[in-house]
Amino acid sequence: MLLIACPWCGERDELEFHYGGQAHVAYPADPEGLSDAEWGEYLFVRDNTKGPFAERWSHAAGCRRWFNVVRHTVTHQILAVPSDRPTAAGRPKPVTA
Amino acid sequence: MSHQLPEHPDRLWRTPDPKRSYDVVIVGAGGHGLATAYYLARNHGITNVAVLERGWLAGGNMARNTTIIRSNYLCEESAALYEHALKLWEVLPQELEYDFLFSQRGVLNLAHTLQDVREGTRRVNANRLGGVDAEWLDADQVREFCPIVNTSPDVRYPVLGATLQPRAGIAKHDHVAWALARKADEYGVDLIQGCEVTGFLREGDRVVGVRTSRGPIGAGRVALAAAGHSSVLADLAGLRLPVQSHPLQALVSELLEPVHPTVVMSNHVHVYVSQAHKGELVMGAGVDPYNGYGQRGSFHQIEHQMAAALELFPVFARAHVLRTWGGIVDVTPDASPIIGPTPIENLFLNCGWGTGGFKATPASGWVYAHTIATGEPHPLNAPFGLERFTTGALIDEHGAAAVAH
Repeated sequence: MLLIACPWCGERDELEFHYGGQAHVAYPADPEGLSDAEWGEYLFVRDNTKGPFAERWSHAAGCRRWFNVVRHTVTHQILAVPSDRPTAAGRPKPVTA
Repeated sequence: MSHQLPEHPDRLWRTPDPKRSYDVVIVGAGGHGLATAYYLARNHGITNVAVLERGWLAGGNMARNTTIIRSNYLCEESAALYEHALKLWEVLPQELEYDFLFSQRGVLNLAHTLQDVREGTRRVNANRLGGVDAEWLDADQVREFCPIVNTSPDVRYPVLGATLQPRAGIAKHDHVAWALARKADEYGVDLIQGCEVTGFLREGDRVVGVRTSRGPIGAGRVALAAAGHSSVLADLAGLRLPVQSHPLQALVSELLEPVHPTVVMSNHVHVYVSQAHKGELVMGAGVDPYNGYGQRGSFHQIEHQMAAALELFPVFARAHVLRTWGGIVDVTPDASPIIGPTPIENLFLNCGWGTGGFKATPASGWVYAHTIATGEPHPLNAPFGLERFTTGALIDEHGAAAVAH
């Protein structure tokens, strides 16, 4: 069972969260210019890192907000979470591997 | 259903040092890698083959699964592949001269909601049209077939019926691996354990061998069969795969006398239970939702599947869990495997079996050997190529494969 620190609510157990896969996957800037292969890549291919991995979690049974986490996919140790609690006006700092 | 465990043959396999090069190098000595080596030799006469294994033979998912064999998939492409496997399972013990306790005790897939009933009856009809044996049982017939299932209407998710595939069943997975390894070895295939692949030898855009922890090994063709670690390996070749690796857990109970006559699966409350030949209840459920390579899973998954098992089988209320373990499964976006050539010449790919690779073992080896030997997919694996993620011709078994992923 993972203990995940929601940047808004604090540490909660894994059951309260929904997993969102790899972080920092941007929607294509020019969707109409994409080839079939590029669309396939965007839709279906994600990093599958063995080691530190930046990924998204949603606090589904809590504040329902999304945030990024860096987790080691072998040890499951959570290596980084957003460092600053965001204000109403701002978003948490992005976390990268 | 109680069996004496069979005696093993006197001789299993050699432990050779790797040669400088082979016609085919297979990466991964699990069930699929071993079956591929066996059928390369048996069906295609290609015996200058090495199977390289980082750990020990069949120590990965082959030793970590719940051993269920069935072919009641919904999509035609999948049903054809798994039915080919089931037909091979029926002849393999004799062909390999090694009893691996293949027991065709049937598989029940329970229906607990009207939606389940509709899905189940549709799958029975689809299976029959595709030449796969399938029956629909109502709740009374379920109780008759497997008397320990709780078919009371007064539970939260009552059993409304079930699909039954009578030819489905279980086999003793370790013995399957050893049987395939022994015959592959007999054909001259080198099974090399403790040999990790750390990179690929390239000439231009062709693969000509592998770098390993025991030195470089040349290869006419390189065939990946590394299940949960396929994308780690493919990364070394600069190939990105539409695969995500997840922990999948299973558990066994203490030994009980034979009480469970078939395999029972429930997608809705989500557990699958059978009784091993020795007497343990073998249980599994879904993957952990997050990516992971740690070969251990979340405790709440075990709680969930135990709760489901107890609702279905009140008779097991006092059974103790003996041990739990996790494997790493490679899940694709359409819950179907990828078997075929890659954009890199002489590099072949067999991965993405997700939560259900064991049942496919012989067919996977059969079609992969064909693909490696001829350079072209067999008709049975032609729809399962990597290119489907570009063309969009997916084989979408999510929810339709009689088990959630």
